[in-house]
Amino acid sequence: MRAVKRTAYAPIPITPVDEVALESRAAELGSRSIKTSSKEAALYLSVRCIDLTTLEGVDTPGKVESLCQKAIRPEATNPSIPSVAAVCVYPEMVSYAAKAVASSSVAVASVAGAFPSGLSDLKVRTTEIRKAVEAGANEIDIVLNRSAFLSGNLAQTYDEVSASKEACRGAHLKVILETGELGGYEPIRRASMLAMAAGADFIKTSTGKIPKASTPAIALCMAEAIREHAQSEGRVVGLKVAGGIRTAKQAWQYLVLIAETLGPEWLTPDRFRLGASSLLNDILLQIRKLKSGHYSGPDYVTLD
Amino acid sequence: MTTENSSFGLDYAPAPESASMVQFDDEYGLFIGGCFVAPKSGQTIDTINPATEKRLATVARGDAEDVNDAVAAARKAFEEHWSSTSGSVRARYLYRIARQIQERSREFAILESLDGGKPIRESRDVDLPLVAAHFFHHAGWADKLEYAFPNRDIRPYGVAGQIIPWNFPLLMAAWKLAPALACGNTVVLKPAETTPLSVLLLADVLNDVDLPPGVVNIVTGAGATGEALVKHPDIDKLAFTGSTEVGKWIRQSAASRHLPLTLELGGKAANIIFEDAALDQAVEGVVQGIWFNQGHVCCAGSRLLVQESIAEDFTDRLKRRMESLRVGDPLDKNTDVGAINSAEQLEKITELVNAGIAEGAQMHQNSCKLPDKGFWFSPTVFTKVQQSQRIAREEIFGPVLTIQTFRTPDEAVEKANNTPYGLSAGIWTEKGSRAHWMAMRMRAGVVWLNTFNKFDPSSPFGGYKESGFGREGGIQGLASYVQDSTGSF
Amino acid sequence: MASQLPIPKTFKLFIGGKFPRSESGHTFQIRIPNGRLLANAAKASRKDLREAIRNSRSAQGGWSRRTAYNRGQVLYRVAEMLDARREEFTGILIDGGSEAEKAKSEVERTVERWIWYAGWADKVVQVLGSVNPVAGSFFNFTVPEPTGVVVHSVPDETPLLALTSRLAPAIVTGNTSVMLVGEGAALISMSFAEVLATSDIPPGVVNILTGSVTDLLPWALGHLDVNAVDLTGIPADLPDELLTETAENLKRLVYGDPLAASPEVISCFLEMKTVWHPIGR
Repeated sequence: MRAVKRTAYAPIPITPVDEVALESRAAELGSRSIKTSSKEAALYLSVRCIDLTTLEGVDTPGKVESLCQKAIRPEATNPSIPSVAAVCVYPEMVSYAAKAVASSSVAVASVAGAFPSGLSDLKVRTTEIRKAVEAGANEIDIVLNRSAFLSGNLAQTYDEVSASKEACRGAHLKVILETGELGGYEPIRRASMLAMAAGADFIKTSTGKIPKASTPAIALCMAEAIREHAQSEGRVVGLKVAGGIRTAKQAWQYLVLIAETLGPEWLTPDRFRLGASSLLNDILLQIRKLKSGHYSGPDYVTLD
Repeated sequence: MTTENSSFGLDYAPAPESASMVQFDDEYGLFIGGCFVAPKSGQTIDTINPATEKRLATVARGDAEDVNDAVAAARKAFEEHWSSTSGSVRARYLYRIARQIQERSREFAILESLDGGKPIRESRDVDLPLVAAHFFHHAGWADKLEYAFPNRDIRPYGVAGQIIPWNFPLLMAAWKLAPALACGNTVVLKPAETTPLSVLLLADVLNDVDLPPGVVNIVTGAGATGEALVKHPDIDKLAFTGSTEVGKWIRQSAASRHLPLTLELGGKAANIIFEDAALDQAVEGVVQGIWFNQGHVCCAGSRLLVQESIAEDFTDRLKRRMESLRVGDPLDKNTDVGAINSAEQLEKITELVNAGIAEGAQMHQNSCKLPDKGFWFSPTVFTKVQQSQRIAREEIFGPVLTIQTFRTPDEAVEKANNTPYGLSAGIWTEKGSRAHWMAMRMRAGVVWLNTFNKFDPSSPFGGYKESGFGREGGIQGLASYVQDSTGSF
Repeated sequence: MASQLPIPKTFKLFIGGKFPRSESGHTFQIRIPNGRLLANAAKASRKDLREAIRNSRSAQGGWSRRTAYNRGQVLYRVAEMLDARREEFTGILIDGGSEAEKAKSEVERTVERWIWYAGWADKVVQVLGSVNPVAGSFFNFTVPEPTGVVVHSVPDETPLLALTSRLAPAIVTGNTSVMLVGEGAALISMSFAEVLATSDIPPGVVNILTGSVTDLLPWALGHLDVNAVDLTGIPADLPDELLTETAENLKRLVYGDPLAASPEVISCFLEMKTVWHPIGR
């Protein structure tokens, strides 16, 4: 990842967003019909874009190792199914994950920086980031400081992202906007533009820890911001959707949205990620159905 | 090809809707007095699928005698029972029709796309739901007319002649039939020459709901058939949706007969984008405005007026967005832009586009490959457009957008109103006061603020100036189908 | 033989789309004219009422935010579902003491009334609202909105038609209702609840409590989360002083002819909102 020189915050003009039209366009994109060979390709691509996630207080080294095995080889009996993009774990679990995926293409992503609230001293947060990177994390997922953002302290919000990027020391940075808390599409657009300007490599919809999760309309709003940033700044920032993504259908609907809004160049794990846990199994079931012609059931995929 | 190697991209695999889901006849007669009868002359018209040029069915070419039979049947039905049928019974028929349409939506949508060329996604998601809604909404007025027209002694006209176009065949039939029946009129309906099938299938529904014979009569045919209906001395009301040219002829024909008239004609609407608009959504609005239904829309936003300060950026966004429009098989669920309705219409569009190039405008088109058979035109925009060019003044009725700029709200108003047409307009600005200010100054019957091409049975639709007069939808639309005892109209 | 022994239905309350028993466990008996026991119906308590109001409130936001078209469709479906069970309902009214011809007519009029009100859903605003020509560069409009949660007292006479005549005009615009039904109307009302439950009406939009209206009404009158109380079917023995309780939250008091049908009835359950917006460049 290209290191970005820290720049000071400058106000960013934000293109307004009309909620009714945005949601209507998202719904229209959701009516695309993906069949046969396209569906199969979409399912395989979805697997390659997954950040297989476990972020629970009860995570143990054993659980994490098991997750990593699944991440490397989602279906032992079907080696054609590719590895996922990354595993996503808490900082304390990073070293176990790093060891488990060492000889594979799977990256290690760590949440860091007082996830999920983001409300602790900045030094504590950046130290957590540094330690996670030292333990073997290639990617860091931080949360936007919504407290600062919603009280209008945009410069502070920006500086914290910028400082976090610096603490990553070359690891790639995803900034979680926690869109469900921001109160509307314009704040989401503003937060997106701000995070990108401050150095985010990816912007991400949600922590998955609050009920309000990712929706296609939210993803569309962020994709439009990413597009505008790429046009005006010439810099490519990726999109990660997370929270409430459980079915294969949701996964490929996001792929369609990305392809039609940003272009097929964005259909790669370098620019698009799906943060999920149970999603992978549903995709495996759908792949199975495509091959056998039968609808499958939960007994036929493993719970790792 | 191994699956790891095949990649997902914008080339979606075909996702065809199955034409076999809809059953329709190979030959149709005229629907008069509740049954299908052969045309007196024996003459017929073949209707084709404009995407393949293959024949779908053969329908009757009604002549003056057939029109006479239909009007007589409508008159008989009106005198003998319909005029004394209570509002609540008329309501029940309309509710039944609405329900049947909801239940058979998928069939009707497929037939609409087959016969007319519009994408199945539109017929399924836009046309059919609105058709059902129109019947549902007007069913609810049938037994409440005293509240729509309080303190007025109103009654139906009697027999209404209705002529509808090919761009939204079933929807236009609904816009005409529902209010006419709700108010107690009987009808002779003439569908467009190239799109008779969905309206003929509707005749089945009318019989299935036991609508008394003669209340609705359907006479298929071409221009001469419509003429015969317009000229028929025993119709009490005429409603026409179609070109301004034909509308003017009808007005001439009807004027001396004191025939109550509703005309819904052409348009050349301005879609106005201010610099403070929600730009990405405004782009979608422009796309909707001109490429929905291939631009075969009377209220299409065919003239883009964009504020000069953002014109270049906006045009770039639009051109990029245009590229992702899929032109192709109307029955493919992923098609965005379907076939042009007929060879004749394709010729008209081509002629005007060529005129545009000849007059100095600059053309840019979507780069998609068009199918070999069938009638197709790529989504097109013109820049370097002057107000006096034909492409800026004449209704193209195709997927062609002209782009001009303006500097101030006053200039936008001037340019938008500088046309003999006055059907619709679109205004895009996040500033509420300006949106309303512009709306109040548009000489247009329908103004969309931060949206476009939105329709609802409760929302009156119709034009100013040469876009026609009279409204369809809402209480104002209902008024087109009743007269009061003073006889003024 | 066992197969010929009928299984009598248990009549419970209708709250939140479900059929719970009264939390009090109390019941009252419904007997047909010859004295035979027809059912033990639930006797609603003030806690059941509290629960019904709570359900009504939580359903109200969603119900009022649906499109008018959608609400119209739902009310039309009630008509469809009742029409399909016409004979059964005529029989229930006859069991309740109604004369056969009158019972048949009441059911037919009830179906007709649901259809009539269904058609009002997307028309009320046009008939009762307005755009106002204020003297200034402002866009000014008045739009009617539902008042919120309404508690209705339903009379015993012509109970099915009366219940419909109070309920339909209230819910068509987005209000949610709690119907208090006396012992004489319990059977038909709870049977009607089954029609409601199978008509796509969201849970909580209509709640029906059977029992002693005289006991329950005071609690409704004093409840601070009720927007209107419909006293059309008010019991004769209700003390006047109770009506003063309603002053606490200024809830609307609605009176009327229990069988009337008009947009005036709809307007009794509406609030008028007027909005101004400047018009300028």
